Amino acid sequence: MQRVMTRAVAAGQAAPRVTSGALERLVGREAMTNGLLGKKLGMTQVYDSEGRLIPVTVIETGPCRVAQVKSRDRHGYEAVQLAFGDLPERKLTKAELGHLKSVQVPPSRHLREFKKTGDVQPGQVVKADLFQKGDWVDVEGVSKGKGFQGVIKRHHYSGGPESHGSMFHRAPGSIGSSAFPSRVWKNKTLPGHMGSERVTVQRLKVIDARPEENLLFVSGAVPGATGGVVVVRKSKKG
Amino acid sequence: MNRLERVQRSLTKKTVPPFEIGDTVRVHVKVVEGDKERIQVFEGVVISRKGARNSETFTVRKVSFGVGVERIFPIHSPIVTRIDVVRQGKVRRAKLYYLRGKKGKTARVGDREFSQESKTQAATARAAAARPAGSVAEPEEAVPAGKT
Repeated sequence: MQRVMTRAVAAGQAAPRVTSGALERLVGREAMTNGLLGKKLGMTQVYDSEGRLIPVTVIETGPCRVAQVKSRDRHGYEAVQLAFGDLPERKLTKAELGHLKSVQVPPSRHLREFKKTGDVQPGQVVKADLFQKGDWVDVEGVSKGKGFQGVIKRHHYSGGPESHGSMFHRAPGSIGSSAFPSRVWKNKTLPGHMGSERVTVQRLKVIDARPEENLLFVSGAVPGATGGVVVVRKSKKG
Repeated sequence: MNRLERVQRSLTKKTVPPFEIGDTVRVHVKVVEGDKERIQVFEGVVISRKGARNSETFTVRKVSFGVGVERIFPIHSPIVTRIDVVRQGKVRRAKLYYLRGKKGKTARVGDREFSQESKTQAATARAAAARPAGSVAEPEEAVPAGKT
């Protein structure tokens, strides 16, 4: 209850125009998890109440099915496993299918664990109504792959002059000292593969939510390409 | 992309009058001064339309007191309350940026024959446009004076 209360207060501050009815709904709402899975549909823009333009990312959140509820007794920790994304049955192994079928969950592409925050039964549906307009969320995704990149793009080195006799352009330059330490330090930033890694963007505002269409409008950009899977969680920093 | 396009369509205004490049339009803009709101009218030639769906914008150019003034309006912005087509222009370009370098006669856009169904529309728009100019104390004239 403490959690729900703080959440309601935070939302109330974020959107001062929340009516008392909406606030009650917020307090009364019992969330099963702290987040859910979604698909990034792309970016667009919306107008706020004062006519200002806000860049938003549209995320198709859920519907996710609860595939498993992990308990302290059986698994050593508490969690809710959510399934998301339709998939033909033939794409899954018998083991995966059996895992889902045991709780009447249709074949799904993605499985992911979330924090358990309320009473949950396997097979239940978690939808976009987990979040409301004015909430703050963290969005996690896999960033776009950039391939093998040099130090300027990968580590923000400044590089050398392009002309005036300069022979030092985009190379990393010296990578260490001589007699000491006689080796290259660990974690030395060098060229290499960039992107395609897990990135979380914290504290994005929910500009609009359309639970009936499973849509969430989040301000700003979220990691990954259009069509990529993202995790939307209640914001860690409120 | 289709899903996103549908979302973007849902964010558009349902009633935007059909207007084209070269048309002379009166754009009714909501202006907030302190805590008061009023409508300001900006009349000029549409020299460009850009973007698609909910992010479409159009540029209106007018010459006020010998100074060219251009304003870019997002079509679906809540600030743009109304768009009246005063005159339909006959042009052969999608962007009329050439008007910027022209003065006087050459900077004009020729009239286009009104198509049959839009004839009545334009007539009403013209009448509507004439009304506020006559009755209200020239809101449009106040604009460039403050701007220039």
